[in-house]
Amino acid sequence: MQPSAHSGLAVAATPAQLAVVDAALARLRDLPGALLPIFHAIQDELGFVPTDSLPRIAEALNLSRAEVHGVLTFYHDFRTSPPAPTVVKLCRAEACQAVGCRSLEAHLHQAHGAAMGSTTHCGALTLEPVYCLGNCALGPSALVDGKLVARLTTQRLDAIVAAAKQKAAAPGGRS
Amino acid sequence: MTVTVYVPRDSAALSVGADLVAEAIAAHAAATKQSVRIVRNGSRGMLWLEPLVEVETATGRIAYGPVQAEDVKALFDSGFLHGQPHALCHGKTESIPYFQKQTRLVFARIGVIDPLDTAAYQAHGGLIGLQKALALAPMAIVDEVIASGLRGRGGAGFPAGIKWKTTLGVNDSQKYIACNADEGDSGTFSDRMGIEGDPYALLEGMAIAGIAVGATQGYIYLRSEYPDAKAVLLEAIARARASGWLGSNVLGSGKSFDVHVRIGAGAYICGEETAMLESLEGKRGVVRSKPPLPAISGLWGKPTVVNNVMTLMSVPWILAHGGAAYAAHGIGRSKGTLPFQLAGNIQRGGLVEVPFGCTLNQLIHDFGGGTASGRKVRAVQVGGPLGAYLPASKLDLPLDYETFAQAGGMVGHGGIVVFDDTVDMAEQARYAMEFCKIESCGKCTPCRIGSTRGVEVVDRIRSGDRREESTALLRDLCSTMTHASLCAMGGLTPMPVLSALDHFPEDFRKG
Repeated sequence: MQPSAHSGLAVAATPAQLAVVDAALARLRDLPGALLPIFHAIQDELGFVPTDSLPRIAEALNLSRAEVHGVLTFYHDFRTSPPAPTVVKLCRAEACQAVGCRSLEAHLHQAHGAAMGSTTHCGALTLEPVYCLGNCALGPSALVDGKLVARLTTQRLDAIVAAAKQKAAAPGGRS
Repeated sequence: MTVTVYVPRDSAALSVGADLVAEAIAAHAAATKQSVRIVRNGSRGMLWLEPLVEVETATGRIAYGPVQAEDVKALFDSGFLHGQPHALCHGKTESIPYFQKQTRLVFARIGVIDPLDTAAYQAHGGLIGLQKALALAPMAIVDEVIASGLRGRGGAGFPAGIKWKTTLGVNDSQKYIACNADEGDSGTFSDRMGIEGDPYALLEGMAIAGIAVGATQGYIYLRSEYPDAKAVLLEAIARARASGWLGSNVLGSGKSFDVHVRIGAGAYICGEETAMLESLEGKRGVVRSKPPLPAISGLWGKPTVVNNVMTLMSVPWILAHGGAAYAAHGIGRSKGTLPFQLAGNIQRGGLVEVPFGCTLNQLIHDFGGGTASGRKVRAVQVGGPLGAYLPASKLDLPLDYETFAQAGGMVGHGGIVVFDDTVDMAEQARYAMEFCKIESCGKCTPCRIGSTRGVEVVDRIRSGDRREESTALLRDLCSTMTHASLCAMGGLTPMPVLSALDHFPEDFRKG
């Protein structure tokens, strides 16, 4: 097990963020096995799960804070700090290795400063590892803000970084 | 006259621009005042041709691919709406050898129809299996599945009917069907294509399983890496409920069965059935000790049938055509067909459903056309990240569960990843250990600690640090992991490591 990619300093949740948490709890707390659906709902909205929301999640589900923390940090998907405006999940698995994903990972690190689990120097794009996107005949593949892209090259990655910079610079780019 | 044009909505097709192609076709048809009906179908599985656009003609569907948005005008100009020739034309889709040579039972509808169209589903043989099951006694349904010889398609290959029989035999007021759609093995995508291309078949298979064992609730554990599959599945469930296929009165039978979806969160181990159950319960995806078997005490401690997507999607066909018809395909104790997936460095990657017994050479060379790079095939990994790396000299083995096990490999979920001669097999062995380190649930020591030590030992071998001693240590570590791990994660990680070491020892002597 490895710690979550975004286990940096926890960011204090704003009242608006806690309202998102409360809304998710109100909507989903009665589902059987509600904890994962609740984490997903919060992260879908905020981009991460604020750690200072864990006590209220624990209370709502009648779980200990340790259990809630344990579940949150077990799963690679969940972040505890906000990502950059653009998130790229680059596949690191064998089928993509066979068509050169290792050199793409190296390129993002060397040319843009984003090692796996970190953000580019420009702050516009967070790079996360993913192990298979089920697009193994058309690799190397990535999810760019949830959209599947295929046959990646270093040139196409550069274009994705450039688009991320534009998005970050646009008004409202940083939520 | 309105012409029907098919543009796939499968995520592989979307990843290479299918949406843009569909938009361009609609725009060009509107601009030139031609009446076109665009159907967003699943994928035919010829993924190197995606986006594969098909045009319905009097003589059948004509295929054009790979089509990019900028090709659309030229296609219209050359008369593709009437099936006319063009550089991208492949003639009739069903006459393309890659497609024609397959035996499509489970994938019969996929790529043919709009996956969410309930009328098309029924027009192409949907619901016949469920209707037959509703007329049978529970044990008769189970007997049909046993007769088919269907084995678990997730990788372990356990006979599905025996699992069902166990759950049927337990007396409990609440039982569950849990569908494992956490298709984490690299090189596999048949579950994804199945869900995106024919979701009602999965729901039908689950309903049959529920009727058979007396379960009223089904859960699908779908991995978060498949956002397009999630969207299709949720819509399919809503429509199936609205059509009375799911709910409190399945097809008017008075029997109840409903399906819920839970999304995973990026943990490979949750593809292991007991870790998946833990995750469904909202906990850390930590493997459980067996016994008790999930069939007796599974989800929330209740009797639970855990089956893979492909297993459940095979069930409607088996009920509709009979177990014997299914068992007529395949060889030995590997009955029926397997949708193999050709992936990695391969010229014609895609999905090939054929009976068990064909060879890797047939799949990689006859179907796949060799490597995409044009270089020699050097290694092939079959069965995901826990599967063996086979050298080019071993590709004549017939693909069935037993033959592969004897040869020190496994068929697994049918994923075949091809590497050319630029691959460094010591690097692949290191990755196998690294992957186990990242994805181990941490419950048992051989897997949790062994994988970390494994990465270190492979690094020592690669750097030439006491190479002989380190290699002996790696073998010893692999033996411990194989025999002392709680589940297949730690237990099978040695398979890619040792097969790399055995078949490609020269790669460990560099540097």
